[in-house]
Amino acid sequence: MENIAFQGLIGLSLAMYLWLISAGLTIIFGVLRIVNFAHGSLFMVGAYLAYTFYGQMGLPFGLAVVLSLAGTGLLGYVMERGFLRRIYRIDEAYQLLLTFGFILILDDAVKIIWGGVFKIPPIPAFLDGAWPMFGRAFPVYNAFVIAVGLFVAVALWLIFEKTWWGRITRATASDREMASAIGVNVPRVFSAVFVFGAMLAALGGAIGTPVRVVAPGIGASMIIQAFIITVIGGLGNLKGAFFSSLIVGILSAYGTLFFPVFELFFIFVIMAVVLLIRPQGLFAR
Amino acid sequence: MIRRPSSRLALALGVVLVLALFLLPWVAGRYPVYLAMQILILAVFSLGFNLLFGYTGLLSFGQAGFFALGAYGCAKILLAVPNLFLGLAGGVAVAAVGALLLGMLSVRHTRIYFSMLTLAFGMMIFSIAWKWRDFTGGDDGLVGIPRAPLEIPGALSINVSALGHYYYVVLVVSLAAILAMHRLVRSPLGLTLQAIRDSESRAEAAGVPVRKYRLAAFTIAGTYAGLAGALLTPLENTVTPPVAHWSMSAEPVLATLLGGAHVFGGPIVGAVLFFVIKDAIVRFTEYWLIWFGVIVVALVTGFPGGVMGFFTGRAQRPIAWPWLAGSRNPPAAREHDGTPED
Repeated sequence: MENIAFQGLIGLSLAMYLWLISAGLTIIFGVLRIVNFAHGSLFMVGAYLAYTFYGQMGLPFGLAVVLSLAGTGLLGYVMERGFLRRIYRIDEAYQLLLTFGFILILDDAVKIIWGGVFKIPPIPAFLDGAWPMFGRAFPVYNAFVIAVGLFVAVALWLIFEKTWWGRITRATASDREMASAIGVNVPRVFSAVFVFGAMLAALGGAIGTPVRVVAPGIGASMIIQAFIITVIGGLGNLKGAFFSSLIVGILSAYGTLFFPVFELFFIFVIMAVVLLIRPQGLFAR
Repeated sequence: MIRRPSSRLALALGVVLVLALFLLPWVAGRYPVYLAMQILILAVFSLGFNLLFGYTGLLSFGQAGFFALGAYGCAKILLAVPNLFLGLAGGVAVAAVGALLLGMLSVRHTRIYFSMLTLAFGMMIFSIAWKWRDFTGGDDGLVGIPRAPLEIPGALSINVSALGHYYYVVLVVSLAAILAMHRLVRSPLGLTLQAIRDSESRAEAAGVPVRKYRLAAFTIAGTYAGLAGALLTPLENTVTPPVAHWSMSAEPVLATLLGGAHVFGGPIVGAVLFFVIKDAIVRFTEYWLIWFGVIVVALVTGFPGGVMGFFTGRAQRPIAWPWLAGSRNPPAAREHDGTPED
């Protein structure tokens, strides 16, 4: 019994990485109507930048995370302004292919710059250690990840529901022509949203640096999981993305515990079933 | 909307090319022969993919699943019964049935939902190949698959175990598949698919059972993927799970983009370019994917018609940097951009 509760907590912290990456994916899809295949690669770039600033250059962890967000945001800005912006009028299949091209570039660029070896820098001292919980030792760092994820959830809700920026963004998402007609600078909103989404992915990657493996393949594995989550939660549905992150995170924690062999298979079955029965997602109103 | 540049020239060129392909093992070493087989296999794979993408307007990210059904199907049969006829036919049949069943579910959606659904199905097949160790060999895959003879018991037995002999099997089967697809896209079925692509609602209003036609295209595309997979197995003598992974699904996508989705020969030209470019890049760096990424980004934003589109002047949609391609693509071409509208 304690084992089950403990595994649930582990799943909760896994869910928070998934939430951070799928939140960015969801916001970008909700506003720009683009499925950003390269979002997992932005997660990976965030992780590698944090590794460079924190693990290699020895900067304080907090500062390294901020710098990683800034760097990935800049990359997102270049991707949106330089390329995506030019193809909004074009069929979405080609938009998918363009972001797929970014995956190929970023994945190899990371290998060229940082090499293919697996890297794990030490956990920052103030987040090291463990709390006794359910008769086991629950790492403080996992609690920190959960706190960051919940903080982002609350912050996103406040931004989108309570601020002027959130209203403008929601207006652009629901009708970009009308938003443009009443004076919203739609291209600027698009850039801001893409950069913001990229930074959310980078945050997930950056805070995962000290505990998760930093390797070239993490982008590809994260994007598949993020796709599953955004499909289950409903494409463009932020609340849905949060709850389905919890479901997938906790289920895969139990999955590795109880039926490790077919964990991957069942997650894809869930994805396909949701797409077939409720393509608008489980959490659509 | 698919136009032949000039049929007589194309025919003459085709005949010369086929002759050259038949003579290849006599004039070239083992490596060019091996490369030619890889190209032919990818060409078959990509032609099937493009029946869905270029002709029907559906972007599938799960074609590797059917490729793997063909590859594993062929492998299991050859390991039990060493007869290449049975192996190839069995692999294709497994893929065709798989594509029919998963197609019934997949064609309920179009656009991004279709792409996501095919991705999920493809990855289900990947996870089976990877985890069902007793049947598929897990991540070790299946090894020691023989290049079995082409055999009709009591009547015929042709030994094709040498690479140069197996080459002719791949060549003849691929050419037959290419010709069949060439006929198919000009048949009433092919024309109806293009009508659905250009306007689903117009096709529906004309009484076309849209979903059935999409299912037909999906099944044929999956069958072609399976054929490509089945041909690869005896060539490599092994099958491993990466053939089912979504990054494998990307190969026909890349080849089709390179060659051009709106010309029949596009995927074939793209398959040639894919391996020629890869071969050239691998000679000086192991990081060949980054260059493919650059090419994809350049193609999507600058030359959406691919190489064939560039030479035949058929890009068919507005492009990101018009000054790169001159004025040959007026924005008015948007109406026929080769994709479903709703």
